Amino acid sequence: MRERLQALQEEASSAIASADDLDQLRELKVKYLGKKGELTAVLRGMGSLSPEERPVIGGLANEIRGKLESLIAEKEEALEEAALETRLQEEKIDITLPGVPRVAGSIHPLNLIIEQIEDIFVGMGFEVAEGTEVEVDYYNFEALNIPKDHPARDMQDSFYITPEILLRTHTSPVQVRTLEAKEGYVPVRIICPGKVYRRDDDDATHSHQFTQIEGLVVDRGVSMSELNGVLLSFIEKIFGEGTEMRLRPSYFPFTEPSVEVDIYHPEKGWVEILGAGMVHPRVLEKAGYNPERYTGFAFGMGVERIAMLKYDIDDIRHFYNNDLRFLRQFRSV
Amino acid sequence: MLVSYEWLSQYVDLEGISPEDIAEELNRTGIEVEVIYTRDAGVSGVVVGEVLSVEKHPEADRLNVCMVNVGKGQMLQIVCGASNVAAGQRVPVALVGAKLPGGMKIKKANLRGVESNGMICSAKELGFPDKVLMKEQTEGILVLGPDAPVGEDIKNYLGMNDQVIELQLTPNRSDCLGMIGVAYEVSAIFDRELRLPDVYIQSVDEEESPVSITLESEEDCPFYAAQVVHDLKIGPSPQWMQNRLISAGIRPINNIVDITNYVMIETGQPLHAFDYDQIPGGRIVVRRARPGEQLVTLDGVTRECDEEMLLITDGDQPLAIAGIMGGESSEVTAQTTSVLIEAAFFDPAVVRKGSRKLGLRSEASNRFEKGVDPERIIPALARAVQLLQQFAGGKVGSDLYAEKIGDVDDVVISLRHERLVKVLGIKIKEEEVLDIFRRLHFPTQLREGIYDVQVPTRRPDLTMEVDLIEEVARLYGYDRIPTTLPWGQQLPGGLTREQKLRRVIRHTLRNLGMNEVLTYSLTSPEAGKKIEPLHRTARPIALAMPMSNEHAVLRTSLLPQLIETAAYNIKHGNNRVTIFEMGKTYVTEEENLTTLPEERWELAGLLTGEAEPTIWKQTPIPAGDFYIVKGMLEALFTRLGVSGVQYSEAFPDGFHPGRTAELSVNGEVIGLLGQLHPKLAKKYGLEDPVVFQLDLAKLFSAANDEVVYQPIPRYPAVTRDLALVVDEDVLAQEVEEGIREVAGELLESVTLFDVFTGAQIGEGKKSIAYSLVYRAKDRTLTDEEVQEVHQRVVDYLEDILGAKLR
Repeated sequence: MRERLQALQEEASSAIASADDLDQLRELKVKYLGKKGELTAVLRGMGSLSPEERPVIGGLANEIRGKLESLIAEKEEALEEAALETRLQEEKIDITLPGVPRVAGSIHPLNLIIEQIEDIFVGMGFEVAEGTEVEVDYYNFEALNIPKDHPARDMQDSFYITPEILLRTHTSPVQVRTLEAKEGYVPVRIICPGKVYRRDDDDATHSHQFTQIEGLVVDRGVSMSELNGVLLSFIEKIFGEGTEMRLRPSYFPFTEPSVEVDIYHPEKGWVEILGAGMVHPRVLEKAGYNPERYTGFAFGMGVERIAMLKYDIDDIRHFYNNDLRFLRQFRSV
Repeated sequence: MLVSYEWLSQYVDLEGISPEDIAEELNRTGIEVEVIYTRDAGVSGVVVGEVLSVEKHPEADRLNVCMVNVGKGQMLQIVCGASNVAAGQRVPVALVGAKLPGGMKIKKANLRGVESNGMICSAKELGFPDKVLMKEQTEGILVLGPDAPVGEDIKNYLGMNDQVIELQLTPNRSDCLGMIGVAYEVSAIFDRELRLPDVYIQSVDEEESPVSITLESEEDCPFYAAQVVHDLKIGPSPQWMQNRLISAGIRPINNIVDITNYVMIETGQPLHAFDYDQIPGGRIVVRRARPGEQLVTLDGVTRECDEEMLLITDGDQPLAIAGIMGGESSEVTAQTTSVLIEAAFFDPAVVRKGSRKLGLRSEASNRFEKGVDPERIIPALARAVQLLQQFAGGKVGSDLYAEKIGDVDDVVISLRHERLVKVLGIKIKEEEVLDIFRRLHFPTQLREGIYDVQVPTRRPDLTMEVDLIEEVARLYGYDRIPTTLPWGQQLPGGLTREQKLRRVIRHTLRNLGMNEVLTYSLTSPEAGKKIEPLHRTARPIALAMPMSNEHAVLRTSLLPQLIETAAYNIKHGNNRVTIFEMGKTYVTEEENLTTLPEERWELAGLLTGEAEPTIWKQTPIPAGDFYIVKGMLEALFTRLGVSGVQYSEAFPDGFHPGRTAELSVNGEVIGLLGQLHPKLAKKYGLEDPVVFQLDLAKLFSAANDEVVYQPIPRYPAVTRDLALVVDEDVLAQEVEEGIREVAGELLESVTLFDVFTGAQIGEGKKSIAYSLVYRAKDRTLTDEEVQEVHQRVVDYLEDILGAKLR
């Protein structure tokens, strides 16, 4: 019996070693170790053994079963490894073929700039206010201290719908409307982005429609040095730390003192980018704020101008032509 | 305003101050300097010569051989082609080696066998623009005055060494439309002494020529002054005067006209010279024009006037359009010997309107439009009379008549030192403020922290305290104002819900691969008729005076311009267009606008053209696929927290009748999604474009940005698939809603995974397949439970929808 067992072990071991694939191995496992396998068959003959021999042979049989099982397991692992290796080689792809496109869209550059500017001022505690684009003559001019005979109030320069209603020529009416709505409450800190319209022929530097952002701060004791500080802080954020800024006296009917703000551009030199000033006392008064008690400053800038400067765009019409070759250049912003 | 540096230096001490210094400081203190230029245009080596003799060239009819004395005993033989050359003339001669504008260099030449040692120059060859030349000077050589010193550098003689500073004036600084005003400004900036010309009023001793002035309206013309000058000898004005006028951009004409222009540039007060003999009895009546009244102006054009225009008349016939242009009938001519000189104040608004209406702008109207200094009217007139005596041989013919309604009071404005400091945020001493007012020549008294400042009439822009604060600030220097950050109560700041949601839409669609565009709000009246707007009864709002039909009305829908944008891009080879825009439409029901229209935020998109580029791995789907776009909108709705969007068939104008859905939430229509009507698409060369337009206010009211957390299911789900054949016109939405309703709450989801039609299904039928997932929140479902519910679903589909299970 012992001999039979040892012969079986030898036969099985060599069969396992020479198995070529997992199926063969599985068959061998059934053949030798299965319920109806050869090892079981040998053990069935144990009844004829003496009581002394039985545990010895039984132990040997278990020992052989254990050895065969681990041989099968080892072989199985080796075969799986080999199969995986084959699969990996078969599955090799050309990793330089193009990816399946998931096209990145784009945001219009003017809205990109507006969002950037909004975020900068929101960070300084500003709210974003919006007004109507169709405005009453009073809010567009009168309330802003622009006299009746001012050239801008001519039908030739502005888009009038009726003698009293026109397309706003600047975002400044939002200042007045916001102040009126706040009913004397301070502090007021708003910026107002929006579309404005002027009766200009469209060319490389003019557009009958363009975009402005207006800012307004009203509080007790607001001074020009704060205007200076807020603008400098804004300019450094939008054009980069260390951008030089220069204030020049200027004239707007709704601010006094008024300033024109230039920044230093490495190639273009000093470039004008916005107008600003201390809110004219008459404007405050008309909106219901006592100019003796409250002061404020306002500023306004053209978004196209800033975008053109920032991205070196040469023609304002690009913003409204919407050529995808233009728009797609802003995918990464 | 063009400022001659040479002229300015007569009125203010500019020792050691260059034109560049002036430009820089003007810029720094509030007057923008556009450019500075020298009038020489690169000319050198040109001198005054005297033509001694002119003889025909032996070989060429058109050429003359001239002997020219160029000074220092030098005689040159020069060949000249100009027909106006004549012996005895003084002319500009470019010597050999001279340089002319454009880099031209003069060399010794041989013209058909005759040696030429230089060139006699025309005004153009010396770089003079036509604008400042008299007609006869634009052709042939430039003939100089008989007193031109032979041998002198032409640049000295013609004032070409002068430098011109071009000012870009803001409307409040009309005081700088005259050299004297500029002199005051420069004197204040540099703290230099003023040296203004002496002016005195003269009267007649002998018999007086009559002058009578009648002003019909105080508003139109509150102040009119006139004086008569006799015995005038018309001729050219002195060269120095012509040079200064040319620097100021004004064409010299004759001594009388030049003197009126000269005084205008000097003082900022426009003057007009009438031929006195053409004004019967010296009678001047200033009145509004009668409707249709005509006048031939100096430029020879017949002008039709109306009641909005102001005329100078002789009591009957018009002589001039006040402040704009004189009439031909009383024009100063070569025969004129007596003139009436006018100096007046005309209402700026009247002049501005008149000049606009006539399309006629002049140096005079530009100044009247901004308001002239009433204190300078008489001095300007006196100055002109003085110059006419000096340079036109005139004799005073009448006293100075002035008709004036009302008086100009001295303006005294009080400025509080404390207020000044507070508004500017600077530390400034009282002495420094006083010094600034002294430099400005504003007489000032200081009493207990308050400055009483007397503001001269030349600065009508200064009327209140804050105006003086600005004066102090600009001369103190904006660059000295410190930089501080706002203090006081801090605010959180931020965006409103609508503003945030608009950003969400923008970024979501961008992330779905779409390109945002921005189009004009003004469109053509026809644009809106192409396609139905969301607000069907909106009337397009028309501009009173559009610049073109293309931009004549406010849009009522964003789609027409998206269609045009798509067409533009396809035409320019951008073959895949996936664009969207968020913007306002303008809605009113009124025929004539009396109240502001409603401005509605809308979102619109258009997708058309090629599939994604280089798809080698999957079947390409064109950009304009209804279901792709619907999927994008569904992703957007998910992002916005808008649920329960219903799609119902709709047939709006401009859309494909079988491929258009109206979108609604809770019964409220929020927008449209559909393919453009093939007829419209074809017109724009677009292939099956799919478009959408949504009303943002309605979309936002359906948006729910709050997350209600649902626990992750703990019990397993059971999935059952279902394939059925239904009539082709059964809508998927009906089937799905039916399934949901019948299945009840055990049904977790129902997903359509297949749709097809074909012969094996049968004519007029389609096969649709769903995957149903059943799950209970609190237990594992048994097969029996699922089977029971699923059978109900199947029964419903068979009995109610007539479906056949496959």
